[in-house]
Amino acid sequence: MSIFARKLLGTILAVAALGVLIGLYVADWATSFPKSMPARTLPGNSQGADLTLETVAAVGSKYSPSHPSWVSYLIRSNGQWVHNTDYTVPANSVVHVTIYQFDTPTGLRNPFLSQVQGTEGGTATIDGKTVNAVEPEEASHTFAVPELGVFVPLPGVPEESKHLCEEAPCELNMDHRTISFSFRTGKKGRFRWQCFVPCGAGWYFGNGGPMQTFGYMDGFINVV
Amino acid sequence: MSSNPSAAQPSPIGDERNHARRFATIWIVSSIVAVPLVILLLGPILPPGNGSEQSSGQVTDNTVLLAMATPVLLLIVLYLFYAIVNFRQPKGAALEGPAVRGDVRIQTWWIVVTSALVLSLAVYGTVRLVADNGAGSGSGPNPLTVPSGPKLPVQVIAQQWAFTYRYPTYGGVETPHLWLPNDENIELHVTSLDVIHSFWAIQLGVKADANPQVDNVAFVKPTGVKTFEIRCAELCGIWHGEMFDTGHVVERPEFERWIHEQQVKFAPATKNLPPYSTTYQPEPVRRGG
Repeated sequence: MSIFARKLLGTILAVAALGVLIGLYVADWATSFPKSMPARTLPGNSQGADLTLETVAAVGSKYSPSHPSWVSYLIRSNGQWVHNTDYTVPANSVVHVTIYQFDTPTGLRNPFLSQVQGTEGGTATIDGKTVNAVEPEEASHTFAVPELGVFVPLPGVPEESKHLCEEAPCELNMDHRTISFSFRTGKKGRFRWQCFVPCGAGWYFGNGGPMQTFGYMDGFINVV
Repeated sequence: MSSNPSAAQPSPIGDERNHARRFATIWIVSSIVAVPLVILLLGPILPPGNGSEQSSGQVTDNTVLLAMATPVLLLIVLYLFYAIVNFRQPKGAALEGPAVRGDVRIQTWWIVVTSALVLSLAVYGTVRLVADNGAGSGSGPNPLTVPSGPKLPVQVIAQQWAFTYRYPTYGGVETPHLWLPNDENIELHVTSLDVIHSFWAIQLGVKADANPQVDNVAFVKPTGVKTFEIRCAELCGIWHGEMFDTGHVVERPEFERWIHEQQVKFAPATKNLPPYSTTYQPEPVRRGG
């Protein structure tokens, strides 16, 4: 084999190897998702599962060293708050959701989403009171699964509150709102959920940063 | 090597004429066969289908475009194969090809024919747009032409990442899904509450940009009860790919039943809505700034 042919072959092999490595890296990146957190299965004969979540104004450096000031959801798992937005719930069952909401109001961009939709009875319980809507400007976040028709506005803690939680994990002795509701799952599938309040502080229209990055104000509901 | 190099090169002029005649014959015959096939076989299955008067018109337009493009495509592809077959360098020979010189007649024909094609398509497209009241596209806040007769106004509101719909003639009720009555002119007012989106009702042949502070009007007349796919056609953020829905075209009584159901169901939200407007300036933006 001539020197030219050897060089050509070497170059082709090197380019091919580089291409394969880049392909593997991209494939790994594109298919990597955080581990899904299972909802707590209800004991005994009760059907369904429990999801306990909290929304915080700042996720803190403990949970997100790269973006400690970003607003986020967390899930309660084994007595600990975990920074994860990918949840697994059972199919054809009722999911009971409790959200401890520690953030102040921002307001809805579209007041249509001030109505509770897609929950059992079309209502949610806010601080013990059953409601079917909130004032649009009082909303701090929403928990919405559009494909399942679930939209629940989460009212904010008044800005003048004395014990506002600065960053996660926020404990229940801090000022908060408690929102609970149930929704029924159908067939198996993977459904996107998101917050519809423009709550990304300091971003254009409030829809950048944590609103555009998976794992903060959005995630998946895996119905299995 | 040949002792007489000129013997290896046949008379170029006579050969070129033969090639030109032969290739022109192949091309014309192929076009005569292919164009009717394209119109009759491919035309009926072209997108976006026949879900509305506008989408049917688009099928016709796509068929016309394809029929006109077919001879051009054949010209290029057939010539490629013709050249590969006929102008190969003989094995073992190292011949210099004839010098390439301009041909005023061919160049003139080329410019005239391609210009005529492009200009006639531009005229055709303009006529179709005007005659079909925008042909399902967003025509801005003041469309040049408007369908005659009554029209049902429906507002399409885009936001990251969902479409909702408002019916101003039904108390301004807003709904999470789009239902339309069959065989009626619909006047869609498309707008956005945040960034640029695009409302695309695929089988109805409607595509209209949803821009903040802009009332983009599009007209559509559904032809038949059906469901249709709705998608955002403008990359609008992380969940752009999830911004989809299924729309419904139903007969008028079914539509009336549905819209009254929506009015009752979404009464709490309707109380919180601002008065109907062609655009909205959403507030607050305290956090986003």
